[in-house]
Amino acid sequence: MSKPKTKTQPKPTPQAAGAAAYEGAQGEMFQLVTPEGTAPQPELLPDVPTRLKLYRLMRRARHFDERAWVLYRTGRMGVFPPYGGMEASQVGTAAALTHDDWLFPTYRDTGAALTYGLPIPQTIAYWRTSPHGWAMPQDLKVLPFYIPIATQYPQAVGAALAEKRKGTRNVAMAYIGDGGSSEGDFHEALNFAGALGAPCVFVLQNNGWAISVPTRTQTRATNLSLRAEGYGIPGVRVDGNDVLATYHVALEAVNRARNGEGPTLIETVTYRVKPHTVADDPSRYRTDADTAGWDAKDPVQRLRTHLLAEGHLTEEQDATVTREIEAEFEAALQVADAFPEPTPAEIVDHVFAEPTPQLVRQRAQIMAEEGA
Amino acid sequence: MTATAPTRTKTMTMVAAINDALALALERDPAVHIFGEDVGVMGGVFRATDGLQARFGAERVFDTPLAEAGIIGMGIGMGLAGLKPVAEIQFAGFLYPALDQVLSHLGRYRHRTRSRYHVPMVVRAPYGGGVHTPEQHADSPEAILAHTPGVKVVIPSTPRDAKGLLLAAIEDPDPVFFFEAIKLYRSVKEEVPEEYYTTPLGKARVVTGGDDVTVIAYGGMVEVAARAAEAARAHGIGVEVLDLRTLVPLDTGTILESVAKTGRVVVVTEAPRTGGFHSEISATIAEEAIEHLQAPIVRVTGFDAPYPPFTSIEDVYRPNPVRVAKAIRQVMAY
Repeated sequence: MSKPKTKTQPKPTPQAAGAAAYEGAQGEMFQLVTPEGTAPQPELLPDVPTRLKLYRLMRRARHFDERAWVLYRTGRMGVFPPYGGMEASQVGTAAALTHDDWLFPTYRDTGAALTYGLPIPQTIAYWRTSPHGWAMPQDLKVLPFYIPIATQYPQAVGAALAEKRKGTRNVAMAYIGDGGSSEGDFHEALNFAGALGAPCVFVLQNNGWAISVPTRTQTRATNLSLRAEGYGIPGVRVDGNDVLATYHVALEAVNRARNGEGPTLIETVTYRVKPHTVADDPSRYRTDADTAGWDAKDPVQRLRTHLLAEGHLTEEQDATVTREIEAEFEAALQVADAFPEPTPAEIVDHVFAEPTPQLVRQRAQIMAEEGA
Repeated sequence: MTATAPTRTKTMTMVAAINDALALALERDPAVHIFGEDVGVMGGVFRATDGLQARFGAERVFDTPLAEAGIIGMGIGMGLAGLKPVAEIQFAGFLYPALDQVLSHLGRYRHRTRSRYHVPMVVRAPYGGGVHTPEQHADSPEAILAHTPGVKVVIPSTPRDAKGLLLAAIEDPDPVFFFEAIKLYRSVKEEVPEEYYTTPLGKARVVTGGDDVTVIAYGGMVEVAARAAEAARAHGIGVEVLDLRTLVPLDTGTILESVAKTGRVVVVTEAPRTGGFHSEISATIAEEAIEHLQAPIVRVTGFDAPYPPFTSIEDVYRPNPVRVAKAIRQVMAY
């Protein structure tokens, strides 16, 4: 732990929230691949095609994150909450779902949504604040990125319970951050899910920061997975930068839920290397040195090192992956660019199935004042 | 009502009519699920869900943990996933912990998914004063909901309406708040059709006809307005009492028609005065029918203070027929 802060201290000491806290938690965390790329328990690894699939999904998610920054800076994307460095946390968990399951992502979970199957053009459109991004595809059960903190948790319980009532084996997976786990809705949801036996998987991404507030200021708890115990449900702590580990525990939790064994809380221990949003300046609350410690734990590099060392991936194949991902994104960007701008009257559309007389009049007013 | 042929009726209180509606909804649509605090085994603190769990099972009618945000949030998820959630918030004044779910999500799901998802949820909540409940049990938060885009607000004033409006609310594909005046649960009885019927949302009811003054009320205030109207009639003043039935959608047509006839308006609610739905009604009339007005609109309301749990003076807060009658005299004398 760091020394106690004083009021006169100009800047918070970042170390305890960063790499040091992660090291301290190593022993308690489930991990399959070390930051050096070695796998001490090879018998627990998924098969090679799955490993390669997860690698590709992480690369794809990272590419989106990197391109989003560029698009933002050139005025072609709105404010975007980056997730670079958290790909293992998001990709490994979302990859455990099928499209019959539900995904409830927060604003930082674009990587999870892309993994689940949200098409890239739609995702770009969403972060462009275009209605085309708001209209989630009919064949997916993914909800729009949640802006309010923790509200999606009880809703995921409801969706999960509905699946159970309908007699399906489908589950709901919902995301939250360490900050979000302070919200009442988080606790209500875990309690509801346990009490009602909802087939729900709660992913708590402990990424060290709630904007400028480090986890140690957020809570005195140092192991957030233990919160599950208070609600009588299993809690598991996993290395959130190890995609094979997150996939492993997520698949176990999903299968438990499918088999009627109830909800699970998964704490993925990771780090928000990037700023809170593209408009945020993290130098006000943490140092570069702290963040740099996490580069050595980069989830994409870790799996890449592992796959290269095991001979499952060559540099040449890796270059092909890069080219394919880049081409996919650029094609998707063209599709997104072709979405028409909304018309003013769309402001009052989609409020009710049938607009009230008041909305009909207000729509007419907009049409008269702004034109069709 | 949708039914045209004469039907068998039964004398019902409002709470019995609500119970009857819930039973019919459960019977008719397997997607309907009822949940909340104490609604299952106990049948609700007002017995609105009495016997439903025994009849329809603990999967369709179930008790939840005690947490309002959890109840509304879970209901949203159930609605997203294709069920018809009918949640009970034990008292409207307990709704506040769930307002994040209501304002951030329930009202805007259809909008924020461009109709990919919608939440066909009904939230029932007893509201209002007049029966000496403890602190916070008598609040009238309807204006908060009416000010929230994407949710409808229904407040019946009779057993017959309560049944028809509740069944319409459950049929509605969008979220509906259904406020039930505690004072009316057992104090009013009338003949209610036994069959399934719906009373359309967005149609006000003319309670009594009159040419001199329009008194606009809803829920627990309708009977107060009607009593004041009766007293005024004894003095030769014709009072038209309107029961709005639903605040969203609002039947401005019936309001304006009546105002065009009478030219004098009194609006009655038991909610706090500032920023209440009565102000919305007043402003609408001022905008749309000022040329018909022969006197300023008078609002009879609660006060800008928490509803008092002090039994001996509670009735000072809650509008009574005397205050409404005074307001009628005031608009007549202008």
